[in-house]
Amino acid sequence: MAKEHGKRPYIRVFVGLAVLTAIEVAVAGLALDDALRIFILLGLAAVKAALVALFYMHLRYDHRLLAVIGGFPFLLVVIMLIILMADRVIKS
Amino acid sequence: MTHTTAAEHHHTTPVWEGIKTVKFAIWLFLASEIMFFAGLIVAYISIRYSDPNWLLASELLSVPLVALNTFILIFSSVTMVLAFDSAEQGDLQKSRYLLLATAILGIVFLSIQGFEWSDLMHEGIQASTNLFGSTFYTLTGFHGAHVAIGVIWVLSVTAKAFRGGYAEDHLGIELAGLYWHFVDLVWIILFTIIYLI
Repeated sequence: MAKEHGKRPYIRVFVGLAVLTAIEVAVAGLALDDALRIFILLGLAAVKAALVALFYMHLRYDHRLLAVIGGFPFLLVVIMLIILMADRVIKS
Repeated sequence: MTHTTAAEHHHTTPVWEGIKTVKFAIWLFLASEIMFFAGLIVAYISIRYSDPNWLLASELLSVPLVALNTFILIFSSVTMVLAFDSAEQGDLQKSRYLLLATAILGIVFLSIQGFEWSDLMHEGIQASTNLFGSTFYTLTGFHGAHVAIGVIWVLSVTAKAFRGGYAEDHLGIELAGLYWHFVDLVWIILFTIIYLI
């Protein structure tokens, strides 16, 4: 673990997260179509979550099995959300 | 295993297939935590869209204040990851102060959230007032409890670091960091779902 790993982009990731947060707040205030706004905001949140998991939680550098452990429930969450949205579309 | 790493010779930490078993265990725990928060979040979305008279959080709460709090938590993630990185690079003194900064930022986050809660209660929104209140306090409350546990964990790691710990093995800092970043990650999702959408 204490092997050479060069300079990791921790600060750049932080700047990215801060900028994305500012963009989110700006997008939330725009008079966009509801579905489009939600889609953009969830997309931005997903990018931020991925940045934290890949760089700060080291999934990009660590053993792949750890990414599988973390990724599997995440996949279940996505399936759950798709079912929830499908249910909403069918009912409306 | 055809080869062993330096870490295996050096430490007593059990290693399986190149992964420290404690780290493996933390990831399994985090996987269960993902499902825990997923259940709460899906319940929130489901309840919210079934209520036509839903109160929008953005109308009741100060979004700029929460955005600032989000920024504080993200900032605490960078201090945490730099604390681990500094320990890895052998700069233990820097690592100690970064750990301390992480814990303090966590406390600031909780204080702002406490202020927000009391503000909301003064406006007459209790957990039992309506579905918004119930789901809002449940989601932010469980997350806040995770931050509080994280603060205690990081403070104990900080105390050990100031007493000269982690000179050889930085696994303790890494494990606390994994939990801390996970709690930050959950907040990124909650901030979007509760306050922005």
